[in-house]
Amino acid sequence: MSTAAEVNIDQDVHHDEHHDYEQSFISKYIFTTDHKMIGKQFLITGIMWGLIGVGMSVIFRLQLGFPEMDLGWLRPLLGGWISEQGKLDPEFYLALVTMHGTIMVFFVLTAGLSGTFSNYLIPLQIGARDMASGFMNMLSYWFFFLSSVVMMASIFIETGPAAGGWVVYPPLSALPQAIQGSGLGMTLWLVAMVFFIVSMLLGGINYITTVINLRTEGMSFSRLPLTIWAFFLTAVIGLLSFPVLFAAALLLVFDRSFGTSFYLSDIYIGGEALPNMGGSPILYQHLFWFLGHPEVYIVLLPALGITSEVIATNSRKPIFGYKAMIGSMLGITVLSFVVWAHHMFVSGLNPFLGSVFMFLTLIIAIPSAVKVFNYLTTLWKGNIIFTPATLFSIGLVSFFISGGLTGIFLGNSVIDIQLHDTYFVVAHFHLVMGSLSIFGLLAGVYHWFPKMFGRMMDEKLGHIHFWMTFIGVYMIFFPMHYIGIAGFPRRYYSWTNFDAFSSYTDLNMFVSVAAFVTVAAQFIFLFNFFYSMYRGKRAPQNPWRSNTLEWTAPIEPGHGNWPGEIPKVYRWPYDYSKPGAKEDFIPQHIPLSHTPESNLDHEVELAKKEVVDKTANAQSNA
Amino acid sequence: METSLNKEQQLQPSIKILSMHPLKFALWLFIVTVVMIFAALTSAYIVRQSEGNWLIFELPTVFLYNTIILVASSVTMHLAYIAAKKDNFKNLKVFMIITTILAVAFFVGQYEAWGALVERDVYFVGNPSGSFLYVISGLHAFHLISGLIFILIMLFSAFKYKVHSKNMVKMEMCTTYWHFLDGLWVYLFIFLLLNH
Repeated sequence: MSTAAEVNIDQDVHHDEHHDYEQSFISKYIFTTDHKMIGKQFLITGIMWGLIGVGMSVIFRLQLGFPEMDLGWLRPLLGGWISEQGKLDPEFYLALVTMHGTIMVFFVLTAGLSGTFSNYLIPLQIGARDMASGFMNMLSYWFFFLSSVVMMASIFIETGPAAGGWVVYPPLSALPQAIQGSGLGMTLWLVAMVFFIVSMLLGGINYITTVINLRTEGMSFSRLPLTIWAFFLTAVIGLLSFPVLFAAALLLVFDRSFGTSFYLSDIYIGGEALPNMGGSPILYQHLFWFLGHPEVYIVLLPALGITSEVIATNSRKPIFGYKAMIGSMLGITVLSFVVWAHHMFVSGLNPFLGSVFMFLTLIIAIPSAVKVFNYLTTLWKGNIIFTPATLFSIGLVSFFISGGLTGIFLGNSVIDIQLHDTYFVVAHFHLVMGSLSIFGLLAGVYHWFPKMFGRMMDEKLGHIHFWMTFIGVYMIFFPMHYIGIAGFPRRYYSWTNFDAFSSYTDLNMFVSVAAFVTVAAQFIFLFNFFYSMYRGKRAPQNPWRSNTLEWTAPIEPGHGNWPGEIPKVYRWPYDYSKPGAKEDFIPQHIPLSHTPESNLDHEVELAKKEVVDKTANAQSNA
Repeated sequence: METSLNKEQQLQPSIKILSMHPLKFALWLFIVTVVMIFAALTSAYIVRQSEGNWLIFELPTVFLYNTIILVASSVTMHLAYIAAKKDNFKNLKVFMIITTILAVAFFVGQYEAWGALVERDVYFVGNPSGSFLYVISGLHAFHLISGLIFILIMLFSAFKYKVHSKNMVKMEMCTTYWHFLDGLWVYLFIFLLLNH
């Protein structure tokens, strides 16, 4: 027998022996190797970062909506960053925008979304005891934690955190003389990002290995829940693109600290030339966006996967076009690597090359539209149960449409000349990438909370949270389209010096107020989350009457997930409302031969070949 | 029914063998990430080179000797692997020692090559064509250190008789990783020869 099989058997035995033992506090909650606890660690850390990132946006929305306001009352929090006259320091404003972007994109929507749900759901939904390497998984979280500590420290240093925008383009980010934030703050940013990349790669390697190698018997790729497909492809994208960001960051580190000239050339500061010759700042943009664009899909795909699962479950209908969903996710994965230069249409890119990238960019509309139609047709005439998770998923589809449509304008290299770097871009990506992914995250939390903590979240509060957030998001970002079309540039501290823009003061005020209300609504969620964790209603075994394997595990699964044998899988995960069936759902572990009343013609044939007898299984395994 | 069950029994082990050991698979994924780093650096090299203002200089011949040394170490590594598979412990130890020596020789050689570059007035700080050379060879050397640590671990376990035909997973991983790092250097060397 092969060594692989031996080792697998050893691992299983090991888990079977140990899943009831008492762990110490440290090995259970801190240096844990249990994928479920690591998922929760990512979730809690992600929520903390979300609070900080959103809090920063509140401060700069104050500045944008009420430029004349006396911000002196913020001095206890921000200290010297508020001037004597009670004004926000302009450089600190840039730092806030930069950190808001970095935190939300990387720490909340990458680590908090994919880190949480890939870790939590992959082993539970494919029927595995744990990740391929629990130790590597633990390292992944702790590298993320280390990265968080460094990034957090950078906020509190005297010269402030990085301030060159979340894309940290050189030469601005490379020269400490240019802006305070490009000093120590930028160094810490780069250090934090290196740890972050290591964390994501360790995680990604684990996710892919687990999905490919540790699926339970019968769980073929054509029976995988779409969540797992999404997490799997997300990990593939991360594995291919994060190393490139690493290379870009490495060269930037050399430019900043060792005096090389990869990105720097012909720069004069105060009339004096810098020694750097022969570098190319465009090179950085190519390297950065080779990660940066796939990163959008790293953020997007898990949210779309979660939505597929939630919508199918709560419409009580099989997902429409399962194979088309997989196909379009594969399409998005491939296309995500060949469109990066649409971020660089106005950087002096060859116009012919620009039209090639424009063409490739617009092709992404096809798989995206396929996904939207499949969501809508799944919902169509379903017995929709409006749980908070369903509402957030439907909200997500709404953002996918409204935010996706503006992408078609921005993807045009000609229209982009007018729209680039305006609030139109800000509105576009906050809808389609920011809000969409946050909604996916929230839908996931509402849906899998019973599995994570064994209790239910309060449904009424969930509904209030949803409507306030959903309406709030549109109130914030819809007006921004108009501001953007009018030519407002993003990242500007104030427009009060430009007469042309003074007619939009009210609109900006409106946006700011909408933002404050929406942020306030998130505290309803936070209360609901932490209160329900301890005081919520006890969760039943399968609260959403769902088909996937995680609901066959105990309500509060121990390390190893299933106390006995791992369930086998006999069918795809979307047998909802199957004609003839007794219930409106048939979980994946129910053999076809047990449901003769609902089997389709080809399933009758399959049922005959099924080996269900447990003793027969044991023999064939031995 | 009886016959189909028997068929199932026959198929079962072969299915298990087909699936790869998870750690070995994870190693391959790690290799993918390393490939992506160097793909990024070498394409950045080409993009930057095409913009002009590019210092042209002769590659030190030491690089050629180093390449030969590294390829030789790959060969001895493989011989060690075969020896371990056949439980030939004497050969295993000998080849592992030779591999380690060759690996260290490569490091010394790379250091010499950097010295030769400095003699040619090609410095880390200066025209990017030189900087790229240092970064690419340096980053490769950095990965090679991890490979060397892996080899040393296998060397010690070979001396403790922990590497044998029944315990080959780590040895296989070590061999794969070392072959990859050698192949990577051969690619980088040819790339630099063609594009310097």
